[in-house]
Amino acid sequence: MILYRLSRRLRTSVVALSSLLLSFSSHAEYTLNMTEGVTPISRDIYGLHMLVMWVCFVIGILVFGVMGYSIIKHRKSKGAVSASFHESTTVEIIWTLVPLAILIGIAVPATATLLDLEDTSKSDVSIQVTGIQWKWRYKYLGEGVEFISSISDNNREAVVNSTPHSVEHYLRDVDQQVVVPIKKKIEFLFTSDDVIHAWWVPELAVKQDTVPGFINTSWAYIDEPGVYRGQCAELCGKDHGFMPIVVNAVTQPEYEKWLVAMKAEQAAVAASSDKEWSMDELMEKGLAVYNSNCAACHQPTGLGLPGVFPALANSPVALGDISGHIDMVMNGKAGTSMSAFKGQLSDADIAAVITYERNSFGNTVGDLVQPSTIKSLR
Amino acid sequence: MTTATTHDEHHDHGPASGLMRWVTTTNHKDIGTLYLWLSFTMLLLGGAMAMVIRAELFQPGLQLVDPQFFNSMTTMHGLIMVFGAIMPAFVGLANWLIPMMIGAPDMALPRMNNWSFWILPFAFTMLASTLFMEGGAPAFGWTFYAPLSTTFAPESTDFFIFAVHLMGISSVMGAINVIATILNMRAPGMSFMKMPLFVWTWLITAYLLIAVMPVLAGAVTMMLTDRHFGTSFFDAAGGGDPVMFQHVFWFFGHPEVYIMILPAFGIISAIIPTFARKQLFGYSSMVYATASIAILSFMVWAHHMFTVGMPVAGELYFMYATVLISIPTGVKIFNWISTMWRGSMTFETPMLFALGFVVMFTIGGFSGLMLGVAPVDTQYHDTYFVVAHFHYVLVTGALYSIIAAYYYWVPKWTGHMYNETLGKIHFWWSTIAVNVLFFPQHFLGLAGMPRRIPDYSVQFSEFNMISSLGGFAFGLAQVFFLYIVIKTIKGGEKATDKVWEGATGLEFEQLPSPAPYHSFNTAPEIK
Repeated sequence: MILYRLSRRLRTSVVALSSLLLSFSSHAEYTLNMTEGVTPISRDIYGLHMLVMWVCFVIGILVFGVMGYSIIKHRKSKGAVSASFHESTTVEIIWTLVPLAILIGIAVPATATLLDLEDTSKSDVSIQVTGIQWKWRYKYLGEGVEFISSISDNNREAVVNSTPHSVEHYLRDVDQQVVVPIKKKIEFLFTSDDVIHAWWVPELAVKQDTVPGFINTSWAYIDEPGVYRGQCAELCGKDHGFMPIVVNAVTQPEYEKWLVAMKAEQAAVAASSDKEWSMDELMEKGLAVYNSNCAACHQPTGLGLPGVFPALANSPVALGDISGHIDMVMNGKAGTSMSAFKGQLSDADIAAVITYERNSFGNTVGDLVQPSTIKSLR
Repeated sequence: MTTATTHDEHHDHGPASGLMRWVTTTNHKDIGTLYLWLSFTMLLLGGAMAMVIRAELFQPGLQLVDPQFFNSMTTMHGLIMVFGAIMPAFVGLANWLIPMMIGAPDMALPRMNNWSFWILPFAFTMLASTLFMEGGAPAFGWTFYAPLSTTFAPESTDFFIFAVHLMGISSVMGAINVIATILNMRAPGMSFMKMPLFVWTWLITAYLLIAVMPVLAGAVTMMLTDRHFGTSFFDAAGGGDPVMFQHVFWFFGHPEVYIMILPAFGIISAIIPTFARKQLFGYSSMVYATASIAILSFMVWAHHMFTVGMPVAGELYFMYATVLISIPTGVKIFNWISTMWRGSMTFETPMLFALGFVVMFTIGGFSGLMLGVAPVDTQYHDTYFVVAHFHYVLVTGALYSIIAAYYYWVPKWTGHMYNETLGKIHFWWSTIAVNVLFFPQHFLGLAGMPRRIPDYSVQFSEFNMISSLGGFAFGLAQVFFLYIVIKTIKGGEKATDKVWEGATGLEFEQLPSPAPYHSFNTAPEIK
């Protein structure tokens, strides 16, 4: 397996290498500098970044210039004879005070920007962002809209097949975008269900850790409509690199329209709990739910990763009493990575995935559970 | 040769023969050698892991390893390089050099010295063995933030915790030994303000070690009890706080950064005056700057945590305190350049590595200043910009100083000159490669690539490929270095006692090359 991968890798590497120079001239996808972003804060941060960088640049030229001059001129091979001076209180004081003055010059605008960055008062929209291994839950406070956003299916496929160029936004696309209004102060409240994640969208200059049991805040005021992409920035386990964020900033009327549509969709999902589902329907939906929520740990094969994530194939939970299986999925297992899915999935999703797990990977229990049963257990 | 050393030779007994020489030795030179070889072994092991990381990141898409193993690689690479490569190398240099520099016959506590070394091979064997355990090695980064390292960690984490305890015990014993040696065993006339800066910087480093290694031990012990004994230090559900872990970790971790760089300052302060043939500029301000950096290092830890959700007053304080460190650090750079100014310079390999250190450590210092500006850190934090920053200070900083020290003192250790041409090739090869490796990572970070990811969005492809190529070249350069090291042990041009025309210090002025197995059994005269 490794050998096969290695040989395939060698072949693709040669192609990739030869296209390296080409790609530099043909499509300038790469960037050298920080984004200016689309919020007043992001532009302030960019300005500060440029200021400090130029200060460093100028100091660097001076310091390396003097050093370079000395290296060229004061070498033994040119007959230089060493001087004997080895201290000077005056210059020592100068090169302590001048940097201090420069630092104060940087600290003043930095302080102003930091105070601005931390001022989350008087917001128009509040969105709670919860980090979950390895997806995000968004809850629009006061709107009754809540959903999970994870990496998009086509991205997931591209990862499995190792074909990053086959999709448009590799590792930067999700199944459900966060829609926000422009020209409004949007407050984000961050927390986590499991480990520490960090929600980062460079163009909004928002990067904030999501800490389990605590709430952090940040805010953005977006000027321009557009789609802004980011990803998790704090190592959060196996699929840390596969936790994209997509923010879609739209005008206020479009935002309101979207809210209405989301509410209708959520009502439809709720209604689906009361309908009687067939085995085939449950298995079909179960496969999709499994792949986007369970496969990261338990693997698409249901075999898990020995010692880290248990197998579902032939497992006592999937083959045992169905009530135990339902309890495991809905409430999770304390002290492990198995999270409580009742807060993440709909009744139909949970019913479908449990049915799927009991009748796949070689498991042949044959029973099924209806969404209405899950609903009654909430 | 002075009367003191001639006199020694009458009673001198050489090292015991065979393998047991190395197991039972209490000789500071033998123990120094053991530390240096352990360090080199760990450099190659940690380097091999870095090669896995750079190979996986050579192009987008998952090719070689699965994400869990990738995370184990970044974790083990960091731990092995910090605790296995850089720290033991400085302890090895301290063992070899401090007694010779202050005119002492050996370290103050030779048996403890033996013990503090021999703990380490077991610690690192235990740490590396986790790679073969079910569930894999620790995969939560070298900073092991809770709760990823507690509730969500593989079972091998307990072995990691025990290994960290052993490393801590070893470091504290090493530090006690350094302090006891420097305070008690200086030759008559070797006053504090006459000590070489390497001795000064190590004295201050040793105090840092004693202060912070127990804090690290506390952090991992709390992890252990959280994992197995029902405590909730870092679990909010039980009344604890995951962020407290980060405070405790970085209260250790930031002084740790200076533990890895202060001895480097001492080395550079020895090498530049030798090859500029001019006394070090501002000796006393160097001592004061080192002490200021050490004190400030205890007051800035939370600048690693600007995005964790601190009160704004805390963020402001940590920003101001952090950028202040650039002042004493700047003083050091200016002093080194003033030492070079109007000197009579030659550019042998140690000088080349020392100059490389000054330039590239300064680049790392600039990016450090940028990272210290709290609001901008919002964009830099946890990106490749940070990776570039700390590799500039640790690879082209700490590691370069260690390599410079090797070339500078190896004639004194082995009695052989290294091959100057090979040394220069090593320098230029490493320096070009290391910049190809790490400089593009600044761009990657600014463009938005987070650290510790096994796969990335395609706009990061070009710079990752360049960085990987630089990485492979840099890795190969250190295998070449191994060849130089072995070649120099086996033979080479005979070194003079003074070794370098401009060399100063007891080890060059009062001891032959190679230094005898026992040196300064009678204290030398200090002029």
